[in-house]
Amino acid sequence: MTEQSPTTKEEAILAEIDSFAELPDAPPKRRIRLSWVGKLSVAIVVFWLIICVIGPSIAPFHEMDMDGDDGFLGYHANEYGTFILGTDYLGRDTLSRIIYGARNTIGISLASTVLAYLMGITLGILAAVKGGWIDMGISRVNDAILALPTIMLGLIAIAWLGSSIPVLIGTASIIYASSVFRIARALGQDIMVQDFVEAAKARGEGVWWVIRAEVLPNAAMPLATDFGLRLVFVVLFISSLSFLGLGVQPPASDWGSMVRENLQGLTYGSYASIWPAFAIATFTIAINLIVDDVSAKSGGSLATKMV
Amino acid sequence: MMMQMVMRRIAIGFATLIVVSIIVFVMTSILPGDVAQIILGQSATPETLAALRKQLGMDQPGYIRYFQWLGNMASGDLGISKAGGATIESLIAGRLGNTMVMAGLVAAISIPISIALGLWAAMHPGTWLDRFVTFGTLSTISVPEFFIATILVLILAVELHWLPSTAYLTGEENPLELLRALAMPLITLVIVVSAQMIRMTRAGILNVMSSPYIEMAILKGVPRRRIILRHAFFNAIGPIVNVIALNLAYLVSGVVIVETIFAYPGLAKLMIDGVQTRDLPLVQACAMIFCGTYVVLILLADIASILSNPRLRNPK
Amino acid sequence: MDREKLVEVRDLRISATNDDGDIIPIVKGVSFNIHKGEVVALIGESGSGKTTISLASLAYTKPGLHFAGGELLIGGEDMLQAEPLRTRDIRGSKVAYLAQSAAATFNPAITIGEQVTESAVLHGILTQEQANKRAVELYRALELPDPDRIGIRYPHQVSGGQLQRLMAAMALCGKPDLMVLDEPTTALDVTTQIEVLKAFKKVIHEEDSAAIYVTHDLAVVAQIADYIVVLYGGEVMEQGTSDQIINNPTHAYTQRLMAAVRPKPQAGLGTAVGAEHEREIPAIKVRDMTAGYGGIVNGEPKVPILRDINVEVKNGHVVGVIGESGCGKSTLARVMAGLLPQARGSIKLDDEELEGDLRDRRLEQLQKIQFVFQMADTALNPKQVIGDIIGRPLEFYHGLKGKKKHAKVVEILEMVELPAEFASRYPMELSGGQKQRINMARSLAANPEVMLCDEVTSALDSIVGANVIKLLTALRDKTGVSFVFISHDLSTVASFADEIVVLYAGRVVEQGPTDEVLTPPYHPYTRLLISSVPELRIGWLEDTMKKREMAVGIAKNVEITSIGCPFFSRCPMGIEGTCEKQNPPVRELKMGHQIACHRTIEELEEVEIEVQRALHEDEHAADQGEEGTLH
Repeated sequence: MTEQSPTTKEEAILAEIDSFAELPDAPPKRRIRLSWVGKLSVAIVVFWLIICVIGPSIAPFHEMDMDGDDGFLGYHANEYGTFILGTDYLGRDTLSRIIYGARNTIGISLASTVLAYLMGITLGILAAVKGGWIDMGISRVNDAILALPTIMLGLIAIAWLGSSIPVLIGTASIIYASSVFRIARALGQDIMVQDFVEAAKARGEGVWWVIRAEVLPNAAMPLATDFGLRLVFVVLFISSLSFLGLGVQPPASDWGSMVRENLQGLTYGSYASIWPAFAIATFTIAINLIVDDVSAKSGGSLATKMV
Repeated sequence: MMMQMVMRRIAIGFATLIVVSIIVFVMTSILPGDVAQIILGQSATPETLAALRKQLGMDQPGYIRYFQWLGNMASGDLGISKAGGATIESLIAGRLGNTMVMAGLVAAISIPISIALGLWAAMHPGTWLDRFVTFGTLSTISVPEFFIATILVLILAVELHWLPSTAYLTGEENPLELLRALAMPLITLVIVVSAQMIRMTRAGILNVMSSPYIEMAILKGVPRRRIILRHAFFNAIGPIVNVIALNLAYLVSGVVIVETIFAYPGLAKLMIDGVQTRDLPLVQACAMIFCGTYVVLILLADIASILSNPRLRNPK
Repeated sequence: MDREKLVEVRDLRISATNDDGDIIPIVKGVSFNIHKGEVVALIGESGSGKTTISLASLAYTKPGLHFAGGELLIGGEDMLQAEPLRTRDIRGSKVAYLAQSAAATFNPAITIGEQVTESAVLHGILTQEQANKRAVELYRALELPDPDRIGIRYPHQVSGGQLQRLMAAMALCGKPDLMVLDEPTTALDVTTQIEVLKAFKKVIHEEDSAAIYVTHDLAVVAQIADYIVVLYGGEVMEQGTSDQIINNPTHAYTQRLMAAVRPKPQAGLGTAVGAEHEREIPAIKVRDMTAGYGGIVNGEPKVPILRDINVEVKNGHVVGVIGESGCGKSTLARVMAGLLPQARGSIKLDDEELEGDLRDRRLEQLQKIQFVFQMADTALNPKQVIGDIIGRPLEFYHGLKGKKKHAKVVEILEMVELPAEFASRYPMELSGGQKQRINMARSLAANPEVMLCDEVTSALDSIVGANVIKLLTALRDKTGVSFVFISHDLSTVASFADEIVVLYAGRVVEQGPTDEVLTPPYHPYTRLLISSVPELRIGWLEDTMKKREMAVGIAKNVEITSIGCPFFSRCPMGIEGTCEKQNPPVRELKMGHQIACHRTIEELEEVEIEVQRALHEDEHAADQGEEGTLH
């Protein structure tokens, strides 16, 4: 035995204190771990994103193909093919239209959310870091936009400009940029008063270094979670406008307008309006569940200790 | 100190209303360009255009038109609808009442239900009923209002034939018929609005639940009910009142969808029709009513949370 | 101790479950007893399991923890096996809890009176009326001001020291058999701590209640405990009567703990400054400086914090800045660092005027003054590895890059006695003491002339903190860097600083070489501070209460006044009509020792002689008394 081992427990403890082998205050960084609900949700979101990309090449029909029969049929097959989810009020294949519609609904929402983020984060972090009158100015304008119900802003914008995909994306991104701004600014302000930012400022670091090295890395995770929530709101917003007939215009397919077009079919027992609504629900609920799963892990709650 | 803060909030609320009116006015009256051209179409002669512009006051600079418009709004003159030339007041009159009745009923039903369910869920965290409430409300807020409405129509009207699938009013219904007609939109809105309120009430309480004084209450042997109702609730009132007001404001967008689906003759339906026909004066008036209500509700929420803060209510 | 056993803890085991579902033992088989009317102290550093053990007596574990074995009997009933509804009966009636931070533990939305009486009434021990009456009696016993009406106030309307005593009333109202006191004085200033300790000791004695007293502070334990259990890593190292543990510790760990307790602040503790780093010009010279928050109107800050400060930091010296919370000691460092521009006065670095705002200072000036923040947890960016954290000043000030930078980072890690492989770790993977070393290493990397250390040891355990001080001393000797060492702990400052600046309510009341400041004559406030630091000696509290001219009684909140001596409201030798109306003159003593007081040096010296005489007579009388009984 060449190894020098402490002979008594007492010595071992003292050696432990002297060697600085204290326990870290927090366990080492671990990757995010999802519950099975979270994993399933990720699968659903990924599924829809894939559909967005490859949709038209796997859809059984073109979104505008009609089966020649009356509309609102359930599962049936004829000389053109098999209509798994039935047909809509014009006799178009519901499944194919949902697959095509994914592009519009998710694509427009994603584009709007990304744009909203670019605007919101840039201005939000700028306001937080710079403060003063820049912050005052942007914040006041932002407050006014936030003081309007989103759907009202959408309605006014469409009443003014008419409805087209660029108008939808532009409107949605500006409306939601104001919420992103508020969150980015609040996060930025929280981080700016942290001691490590104060330390960087005391060192004499410039604004850009502070933003890039200190603020953004620490804001990334909360902003990513918020991105999910925001995307859900945008999907709901775009779908609602489409549902009102003010969003994506026919004959292009989009989940919101599909629900509207086929609403009267409900009374004949047609599910043509239920399937697209269901598609929206799977996408949005899945995102919310992922966000819930990622953010809910904040230790045990005292609430479980009540008697 | 507290009064000062309340007065400050009221002043901010008033300023916001002004800014909102400017935004609405600019978006509906200045930016769209020549309203006379829109009204008369391409075939109009320069003379008739000029005459209409003068009649509409369009020859004046923008800010003067804004103040005239604001003055007219304040005195109840909302202008003339593009479609049919009827005054907007006459179009709005009955519709506003219908929407108020609906919103009032929704609030009266959903607020007590939401607070009770939210508190209950917070009192029993982790139980399967709590999980059910959590998942149910999360799903509800994740889906569009029209999804809820469609499913309800499918179940209650198409499959069960319990309720009519539209809420069209003729104005001659007796109270029972009225209630039956209103049932579907009401249920839809109550579900939509309550889901968010339940979630936020639960979250508000649980947020307070991580405070050291709650642990102290547990260690003093205070029963669960009293911990929630006396110790947690009183500290969560501010956030909860805020959520209620915000969600009543959220009714605004819910109302738009629900009135459309059920063909309910309310203000929102009128506005949607206005947007579809690009009847800008009508849209302008409706938007101001909705936005004004929204701003006032948010203002009330702010004031409520100031009033519920014990530190402000009992200064040193 | 032949009294009846109240609590028996046998082989108590408590475990935690982490996110991965692994079970980690926290308390690993602890046994001890508590007799009726006895105060048992659980002493240990963070992670020793002392709080966890004490909570077990309330049949409670923090969320995430669970009982894993053993038993905890109170009057023969096992708390670990208690049914949920039974635990509710036990808590608050049989066993009462007193938490560390009263400010956080009182519900802000409920009146104090309702919270104090709640438990007793809910358990049916007293009616609301009886409880109210008992509460008022307790307030009186705890020497709270306005005992008849303090109950109708809200927690934010009373001071921290008062709240801490009110919590004792809350615990005692239901006449529990056992009280659990969890670090009840740790968050308090020393002058407040002594008041609270005195009150606790008195009521525990009067109520004849047994108590578990949880703390890391041996000196406090010596005053209040009858029996001491020393814990480390969830195991008992040593247990015995206070006398035995304090005066004859046998376990090496206990001895180590005792060694980390700093001696009573007095002259002659510090080490001499090496002459090699001496220079004529002071590193930092602050003249007539006034600073505060909320903007500056007519050269006066809206919320003044510091007033007319004159301080010098000599090259290679350690200047200790001492004072209670709210006295402005951190603000002083922030002004020097340029984080808070002063409203008036000048700051010179190497005899060169410094701009108030750091943005107007030159890079080389910034590099020469480095600020070390109090909490390493928040001062280190959690998203950067240690190598980048220490490397940044090297790159920023000295343009080092790549391999050169890395080599220097390793060298600096060595200086703070940490291994080179730490460079690739994140702050979260380090312990509190290690993080604090990194925090200092970052400032060291700038190669500064002055390091401003803001309470760098106060969040650390005593042994870890003592090691950090040792490191700082070594760094000073090696590099000749000057330190401004801010602390509320006079003992730490006394053993480390060459000069001491005593701040009270934003003014310098006394300053000078450490040995001069710590020998009489004292400024009355310095006296109060010195006599409030608990000594590791049984009976110290009683002695001090006797000699302290406690006419001032309850410690008041520090009030920042614009005119007059700020200490007047607490000063036992204040001159009415003078002290509160005129700013005190600065009296010069030898070696640059200054006292700002209306009393003359002679008067201050006289008081000291009187106090010593009184104390001596007391001892004499006590000796004679003892002899008298013997014969």
